[in-house]
Amino acid sequence: MEPKRELLDALCANARTETADLARQTGLSEDEVERAIADLENEGTIRGYQAIVDWEAVDEDHARAAVELNVTLDRETGYAEVSDRLAKFPEVDSLHLVSGNYDFLMIVEAGSVRKISRFVSEKVAPVPEVTQTVTHFVMETYKEGGIEMNDGDDDDRLSVSP
Amino acid sequence: MRTSERVGRVPPSGIRRFFELAEERDDVISLGVGEPDFSAPWAARDAAIGSLERGRTSYTANRGMRELREAIARHCAERYDLAYDPAEEVLVTTGVSEGVDVALRALVDPGDRVAMVDPSYVSYKPGVLLADGEPLPVRTREEERFRLTYEALERAGAEEADLLILCYPNNPTGAVMHEEHLEPVAEFCREHDLRVLSDEIYADLTYEGEHVSIATLDGMRERTIVFNGFSKAYAMTGLRLGYALGPGEGIEAMNRIHQYSMLSAPTTAQHAALEALESCDDDVEEMVGAFNRRRRFVLSRFSEMGIDCFDAQGAFYVFPEVPGDDEAFAEGLLEEEGVAAVPGSVFGEAGEGHLRVSYASGLPQLKEAMNRLEAYVSSR
Repeated sequence: MEPKRELLDALCANARTETADLARQTGLSEDEVERAIADLENEGTIRGYQAIVDWEAVDEDHARAAVELNVTLDRETGYAEVSDRLAKFPEVDSLHLVSGNYDFLMIVEAGSVRKISRFVSEKVAPVPEVTQTVTHFVMETYKEGGIEMNDGDDDDRLSVSP
Repeated sequence: MRTSERVGRVPPSGIRRFFELAEERDDVISLGVGEPDFSAPWAARDAAIGSLERGRTSYTANRGMRELREAIARHCAERYDLAYDPAEEVLVTTGVSEGVDVALRALVDPGDRVAMVDPSYVSYKPGVLLADGEPLPVRTREEERFRLTYEALERAGAEEADLLILCYPNNPTGAVMHEEHLEPVAEFCREHDLRVLSDEIYADLTYEGEHVSIATLDGMRERTIVFNGFSKAYAMTGLRLGYALGPGEGIEAMNRIHQYSMLSAPTTAQHAALEALESCDDDVEEMVGAFNRRRRFVLSRFSEMGIDCFDAQGAFYVFPEVPGDDEAFAEGLLEEEGVAAVPGSVFGEAGEGHLRVSYASGLPQLKEAMNRLEAYVSSR
């Protein structure tokens, strides 16, 4: 596997892995690791680093929703223009153009279910191109960004085996 | 109850003793495991579940489901250049362990000498003894990166042997043999008419270069049984599914024993295996990538500690040299630091003075285990 790909895999597993450990894992020197990460950041392959948080453990009112959006377009307005406007709302965590029965899938986060409801009805629905919204509140999160949110199964392998 | 003299010849497993020691503590980080820490790919598990839901709980053909044998033959032809007829030359077994056992019973006559790589997997020697053969360990050396050589076979007197058991990538050393290393071994086997049992269960876990089977070398196909399976690359150890490839008469002889002792390999596992071959290449690739990163990590840590360890290129083991008696070292490491690793001597005399360190654990555990190992080494 390419060293850059190895680095990306290691960073996706844990973005806080120390440079020395990344070097050990990839077989690169520490300087090479730092240079490669800088390149990946500069060229825009790595867009940022975030923590994956179990928000329910911190704030039981914290709410999340997946919002399906349908839009109509005209000669002056394409998906890019609509997405530009929607993505700027701080409540929007992620926004994807998708195939299927609706156009955009928007993940929204806010301090409460009420705040999300108000955001969708007062900010999103009035956008002229938006013709329909369907909001699905997240009731429980089991996996996020590749990380399972339960505490995982204990390792039930024999501690010594052939 | 009186038990057979044959069983009396088989010593208790050295691994078992370490397992019991490790089980006495509940804070152990284990570097002693011989199986992946991943679960079988979901598609394979789902196929197993689906087969149960459909009530597929009967025996299959003795040699294994026809579709599975065909898929195995296709897979081995594409991946390893091993071309075998699924009707006559493939046998699905209950893990490679059963395959090797059945092969030894089918190919060894009382008193036949069976050469085997030393150090290697713990079951070969007992298997030979239970087949009334005479084990002949062939020592491999760290300075030769634990590869088997023509000279090592000569030194061990293997020209008198009838059979040779190979295991590359090797458990416990992680050593691999490329074509240029296998050719002299093949030459020895051709010159002295040795048949070969080649356990290639770790074939997919070859990190540098491609895996080559000795059966693909000139004049070797007709004298070799190749073993592989689903335990390691597909993380299906508990499903117990392996297979043997070989000339028709060899496979037929093995099947004659297999059909009376095992009847057929577990049906549910065969459905899982079929799906694994058909759709789980990406899962394997991802797992192999993770193992490779851990391998480099562990090797690099040993190098930093100043502990001599050749760059093992296969399986999920490294085999560092440890000071003094390896059993005493491993026991001390377990008692003082709560790290379990298996003493090299368990795998044969040539393993003395080494430790088998498995990196089939997550990086955080490996990191902590290596820190503890470093503390233990520096405190001695």
